[in-house]
Amino acid sequence: MIEIGLGHYLSLGAIIFFLGVIGIFLNRKNVIVILMSIELILLSVNINLISFSIFSGDIVGQIFTMLILTVAAAEAAIGLAIIVIYYRNRGSIRVEDIHGMKG
Amino acid sequence: MLAHSVFFYFFSVIAIFSSLMVITSRSTINSVFFLILDFISVGCLFIMVGAEFLGMIILIVYVGAVAVLFLFVVMMLNVAEQKQSWFIGKKSTHIPIGLIVSVLILLELLVVVGGWKYKDDLMSSSTLNLSNISNTHQLGLVMYTDYILYFQLAGVILLLSMIGAILLTFRQRKGVKKQSYLNQISRDPLSSIELRDIESNKGVKIDD
Repeated sequence: MIEIGLGHYLSLGAIIFFLGVIGIFLNRKNVIVILMSIELILLSVNINLISFSIFSGDIVGQIFTMLILTVAAAEAAIGLAIIVIYYRNRGSIRVEDIHGMKG
Repeated sequence: MLAHSVFFYFFSVIAIFSSLMVITSRSTINSVFFLILDFISVGCLFIMVGAEFLGMIILIVYVGAVAVLFLFVVMMLNVAEQKQSWFIGKKSTHIPIGLIVSVLILLELLVVVGGWKYKDDLMSSSTLNLSNISNTHQLGLVMYTDYILYFQLAGVILLLSMIGAILLTFRQRKGVKKQSYLNQISRDPLSSIELRDIESNKGVKIDD
């Protein structure tokens, strides 16, 4: 218990991933919280990659962490731009109000 | 080793608590603040475990750019007043299924973690400390030689996202006076200055 190993970091990543997924499913407020849940999921993936990279002694995991970070930044920019133009057209970004595709 | 475990539990408890508050917070602006706290604590974990460069990049990129972008959009869109929480709102049918799926994902991930933990000869720990060079130096030695294609693809992705965001939010406004440089610099004195003879004791009538 006192020795921090790979399992502790993977458990932390699993718990944060779980909280991100539950935030996507249970969200009733607005779409911005869904985007923040996606950021949480990507952060947990980063935790997994970095802990495997450190504990197995291979630097390549950190390279792919940087790629995931790039994609996360691009996804946040595009998603927030879509939210801005949706709010400009409809005047609301609540989850119940977005049913244009009858999904 | 005791200090390492104490710091690990400190930062991970803060990270889990703040990510719980991100998804259950009552107003969106508080969610963004807890997201910033989450990023900072995970960045401290990365620095603590030995990935200093990625920890600093998490602090700079996530806290400095992405979280501030979220904060900017939340404040611009006036959604902070929607105080309706997710467990008080209208009845929805997909909350139990969502809970079941989320708990199943958590259990599967924990089972995978347990499977890794009891195969301890699969991983050889602390081989990274054998090399004398720092983390940033190692990362640069690999990233700019073997993974240069991925590095440039990341740059292309960032360029595409910038073009996409600008194109999505661009709109042409009507009735806005703008400066036209071409009209300004294409004037000449012959077309814009007129000389007239004025008789004495009489004015001149300028009709324009």
